[in-house]
Amino acid sequence: MSARRIFAQPARYAAIAPYLWMVLFFLVPFGFVLKISLSQTAIAQPPYVPVFDFAEGWTAIKEAFAQLSFDNFKLLTSDSLYISSYLRSIVVAVTSTLILLLIGYPIAYGMARLPQRWQPIAMMLVIVPFWTSFLIRIYAWINILQHDGLLNQVLLALHLVSAPVVWLSTDTAMYIGIVYSYLPFMILPLYATLSKMDASLLEAAADLGASPRQAFWLVTFPLSLPGVGAGALLCFIPIVGEFVIPDLLAGSGSMMIGQTLWLEFFTNKDWPVAAAAAVALLVLLVPPLLLYDRLQRRTLAGGG
Amino acid sequence: MAPRIGQMSRFNITALALGMAFLYLPIVILVIYSFNDSRLVTVWGGWSLRWYHEFFNDRAMLDAAWMSLRVAALSATIATLLGTLAAVGLVRGERFRGRALFSGMLYAPLVMPEVISGLSLLLLFVALNAERGFWTVTIAHTTLTMCFVTVVVQSRLASIDRSLEEAAMDLGCDPVQAFLRVTLPLIVPSIVAGWMLAFTLSLDDVVIASFTTGPGSATLPIRIYSEVRLGVKPGINAISTMVIALISVVIVIASLASKLSGSQGKSAAPL
Repeated sequence: MSARRIFAQPARYAAIAPYLWMVLFFLVPFGFVLKISLSQTAIAQPPYVPVFDFAEGWTAIKEAFAQLSFDNFKLLTSDSLYISSYLRSIVVAVTSTLILLLIGYPIAYGMARLPQRWQPIAMMLVIVPFWTSFLIRIYAWINILQHDGLLNQVLLALHLVSAPVVWLSTDTAMYIGIVYSYLPFMILPLYATLSKMDASLLEAAADLGASPRQAFWLVTFPLSLPGVGAGALLCFIPIVGEFVIPDLLAGSGSMMIGQTLWLEFFTNKDWPVAAAAAVALLVLLVPPLLLYDRLQRRTLAGGG
Repeated sequence: MAPRIGQMSRFNITALALGMAFLYLPIVILVIYSFNDSRLVTVWGGWSLRWYHEFFNDRAMLDAAWMSLRVAALSATIATLLGTLAAVGLVRGERFRGRALFSGMLYAPLVMPEVISGLSLLLLFVALNAERGFWTVTIAHTTLTMCFVTVVVQSRLASIDRSLEEAAMDLGCDPVQAFLRVTLPLIVPSIVAGWMLAFTLSLDDVVIASFTTGPGSATLPIRIYSEVRLGVKPGINAISTMVIALISVVIVIASLASKLSGSQGKSAAPL
């Protein structure tokens, strides 16, 4: 019996506690979301019927199932508020991901071209903002973007504008906030693939007569696509469900699905509709989540 | 002439410089303005510590900060324990029943929108009739942050040479002893880094805490968030600066820890 075999047994037992924890606090809660999304709103505490009561036994649970209704999902698909927030989430996430790619790629590329001993420092500099409070970084932008904030002061001083520009409560402010917050998520996977690239490939391309520009588009960029995919998904998925950034920076005119969920839950106290919105959001995210999982597996299998 | 590593075009340098300025300028401006004496956030009134004084006299803010620190310390500790165990199970456990589900459950929260995690945990707590407050927020943060700990420890554990443990077992250790005496000391730096990450993530969270806390037990980010919604206040600059200072200390410790562990390897995750 090899040492590998002997070792696998106790290591397997190590997984028991975290396994149970994740089942109880991650998997089971989704069951409740699903169940309550099929319940009816009520003026009660908690504000929905039917309530599962395990103490009442199997017949009560069967009865509860009989009362499940799809009304909340009907509401989601018939009310234009929900449809528009659903669509807006997708539009905002796609647009932000594209902007992030456009800004993040040149930065990651520049990092990969730094002298070797500087690269860990550059990487550290990109990671630090990720650790720094997200809320505080959004707040920092409110400081800058407000009516008499620094940005308007600079623009006025340079005579680029004649009157203060309204930045806050606009989509521009929201996109600035999103790009600012998610930039490290885009740069790091890109840098990881770019820095592993074999420089001799570019030399070969040059020997064969490619200009640096051609070499980039024909060699570097295609080879960096796994990083592009990972970075794009790592940004796209959480941005779709983003709540804090649009709430603080965008106008109140149109909402993203995370804001709709929040509003239904906290303001309207309509838990079943909020749960239905969560299920809808989850359904939207399943394909990109699976895609991300496959990409990760391939990277791990490739020794990345 | 082919471009080589270390040979940078003007375009590369500009992109890097602008990128770093974009990442850091807003934070620098925020820190500077926290020392501004003026009540108007945008007018410079000279250097002063008045907003810091104000914070230390604000009972509600102090309570929230204390609550946040306790939640962050406790949830990070439990998360580090569970996350390390999970990493050991994933890396060393080979195939076991439900492994795919296990790793799926550990990876999903890394990118899952917080509104979903928050709402689902709240519905669980309501169904269990649990009183909402310190413990429910702690459990919620533990669930989220242990996934990050798992990723950090897992990448380090996977890079460790198994033959070291096999040698220890040849010399008479049982598998558990071999792990505790040989492997564990090698992964301690990544465990420390995992704890630090869990701590800062917990200290940062608004959304999940808003769902899972009860009346009267707001965390610091919840309080900051409700103040910020009402507009910019110089006091928030001071609190933010202190949070940034605290997190900077944590980062320095974490990076020293990973220095000690030698090369950490390049991970694709932003950790």
